[in-house]
Amino acid sequence: MLDVQKIRKDFPILNRKVNGKPLIYFDNAATSQTPQQVIDVIVDYYTNYNANIHRGVHSLSQEATDAYEQARVKIQKHFNAKHSHEIIYTSGTTHGINLIANGFSSLLKKGDEIIVSALEHHSNIVPWQMLCERTGAVLKVIPMNQNGELVLSKFDSLLNENTKLVFVNHISNALGTINPIEYIIEKAHDIGAAVLVDGAQSCPHIKPDVQALDVDFYVCSAHKICGPTGVGMLYGKEEWLNKLPPYQGGGEMIAEVSFEKTTYADLPHKFEAGTPNVCGGIAFGAALDYMNTIGFDNIAAYENELLDYATQQLLQIEGLKIYGTAKQKTSVISFNVGNIHPYDIGTILDKMGIAVRTGHHCAQPIMDFYKIPGTIRASFMFYNTKEEIDVFIASLKKAIMMLS
Amino acid sequence: MTIEEVQNEIIDEFSMFEDWEERYQYMIDLGKTLPLIEEQYKTEDNIIKGCQSKVWVHADMVDDKVNFTADSDAIITKGIIAILIRAFSNQHPKDIIEANTDFIDKIGLKEHLSPTRANGLVSMIKQIKMYAIAYQTQLN
Repeated sequence: MLDVQKIRKDFPILNRKVNGKPLIYFDNAATSQTPQQVIDVIVDYYTNYNANIHRGVHSLSQEATDAYEQARVKIQKHFNAKHSHEIIYTSGTTHGINLIANGFSSLLKKGDEIIVSALEHHSNIVPWQMLCERTGAVLKVIPMNQNGELVLSKFDSLLNENTKLVFVNHISNALGTINPIEYIIEKAHDIGAAVLVDGAQSCPHIKPDVQALDVDFYVCSAHKICGPTGVGMLYGKEEWLNKLPPYQGGGEMIAEVSFEKTTYADLPHKFEAGTPNVCGGIAFGAALDYMNTIGFDNIAAYENELLDYATQQLLQIEGLKIYGTAKQKTSVISFNVGNIHPYDIGTILDKMGIAVRTGHHCAQPIMDFYKIPGTIRASFMFYNTKEEIDVFIASLKKAIMMLS
Repeated sequence: MTIEEVQNEIIDEFSMFEDWEERYQYMIDLGKTLPLIEEQYKTEDNIIKGCQSKVWVHADMVDDKVNFTADSDAIITKGIIAILIRAFSNQHPKDIIEANTDFIDKIGLKEHLSPTRANGLVSMIKQIKMYAIAYQTQLN
């Protein structure tokens, strides 16, 4: 069981007021809040051992390098990767996706096919469109149904010998749908295609085992898992990472340089050009420690309770429609009320201290599918409470009254 | 009335509101009651690209004065436009170009002026001034 009152004490930001009201933070799917344990690690880094890593002979550099590499091992263990050099630090999910898209540009030829899902975030569509423009490959889309679930029979029929890469998010940011990635990975591997999974939305709620999934690439961001912004990770199977060319040139990623030829460094440094976000990487490790201390089983059970409770309460409001009603979903609720513009409701809720997201959630194709301008999205983490949901529901009713 | 006089009138009206609720309720009511733009002008060309709500602005000039009509699919945004139009419509282009927009701050809507704010108030003001500049060149 999870003691939410005890947990809330770890998050200083939850004590602040917004527009004179106690903050109720339901925009967790965009960025999660940071516990004191992680903040302390960040402060400690800049207070005691801030230095450039890997190259220094002095003690500070050594300490920083050790902490950064220990964090990489923490990340490796968390995701159950076989080797720590299969974990590449990135600036976040989008960086990881672009790194893979760029890498595949040298492997693809005209007529090859890439499959993405209809549930993708913009950042997941654009790099592949750019890749297709460069290589002449063709982008195919797995459609979704009215519940916001992928139509797997259509996916099966899209697969063929030209399919080189399948790209899908583990959980949809706009709707919360948990996608059946096990099935997708198995089917894609049957025809020899690689699979990249975007775990940006899944990692705050579940603990993926990349070896059990047999996934080729998995990416996520620390700022959605109680870590800092600007850091994330790319997991790639060793054989795949060796096959891909480096993404950026610079320091760290080279073994030897002359004007005639440069040889690249071994994994993971081949993909980590320049001075990395050292503090961010260390804090990422601390964030995973924090989440694991609470336990992902406890987190999932508690967040499901919040999801069910909020869903029941919301559905009692007249004219409210929830988008994304997949059987398997996480604690994300996207909704609209009658014809009220989501932006109007979001603005009024903010005046009452409640942070939700409004708009198209960078998933315009999904909004087009439902023929709506956007939605209001409330997303919960393990530090949210039913009492907060009660205040949210009452505030929402007030906003509806003002706007009707 | 000059732009400044209209703006002062708006500031006076807003000073009577005691809290954000009354202010926003007023803007919402403004947004609800005002028919702002003729359907024929709600074209793609007239859309100001804001991230979240759509805003259309149309301008024409009669007797050396610029008239604005506008609309939005979000009602609070529409209320804000109603206030802007009241301040800037039926004025000489030169006066519109030179007018300042401090009154937005004074009526408690400063938060909407941040360039990152998704409602595009900054873009709306910019668009209004652009129209004024265009009409001013016609007069020169």
